[in-house]
Amino acid sequence: MACFLVPAAEAVITTIATKAIKSKEKEESVKISLSDGSVEEATKIPFSTKLGWLNKLLWGGSALLAFEHVWHGEVVPFFPFLTAVENGEVAEMLAEMGSAGVMMAVLVTAVWVGMLAVSSVVEKRALRAPKLAGEGA
Amino acid sequence: MTLLTTVFAAIICTIMWYKGAPKSEMKVGPLCWMYWGASLMWFIDAIFEYAELGAEFFTPAPVDMLNDFYLGLSVVALGLIIWLIILLVKDPKGVVKAALFKK
Repeated sequence: MACFLVPAAEAVITTIATKAIKSKEKEESVKISLSDGSVEEATKIPFSTKLGWLNKLLWGGSALLAFEHVWHGEVVPFFPFLTAVENGEVAEMLAEMGSAGVMMAVLVTAVWVGMLAVSSVVEKRALRAPKLAGEGA
Repeated sequence: MTLLTTVFAAIICTIMWYKGAPKSEMKVGPLCWMYWGASLMWFIDAIFEYAELGAEFFTPAPVDMLNDFYLGLSVVALGLIIWLIILLVKDPKGVVKAALFKK
């Protein structure tokens, strides 16, 4: 009915948050060791970039799901844009948004949290060797 | 079928992104995010449908399957169009710029 509106709303919030965090962030450079033994200076991925991953997942998914809703005639290009509202099925629509829509947003966010955890492990692993050589962040 | 089509599109794009990384000249990244985002959302849709239909969920009517596949292909096409616009606007290789300012 309109489940894609929940992840789309989250996308709006995370996009605003990304912009706000990006303006306050400072570049953090670290020294990493490469497989050939050499040490190179690199810029650590800022949190705003990582939040950008979530934005792209949410915006992209919502856009393609919106297309599916247009395909099924649940979203129309004229007011009130949602067939459920036009047919007086607002309660059912809200119930679907509260169940499927919220679950969609939760799953996408959970996957993103998993990605953060993996990237954090990769970053720590890359930093470990230079510390042994006496060079840190 | 829509979920399956999008998942395959996401996997293919991710492989292409990995092959081209870290240069990312073709800007495949946005396409990966888009397809993975939609796949995750349709996965939730599939769970809800399974909870409603039970085992019947795995034996759809051929007409429904065809219609869903048609939708899946349309979704993939829409994703490719969005990606193409991003690629031409960002123009990482400078091809559009070179064509516009050709003497």
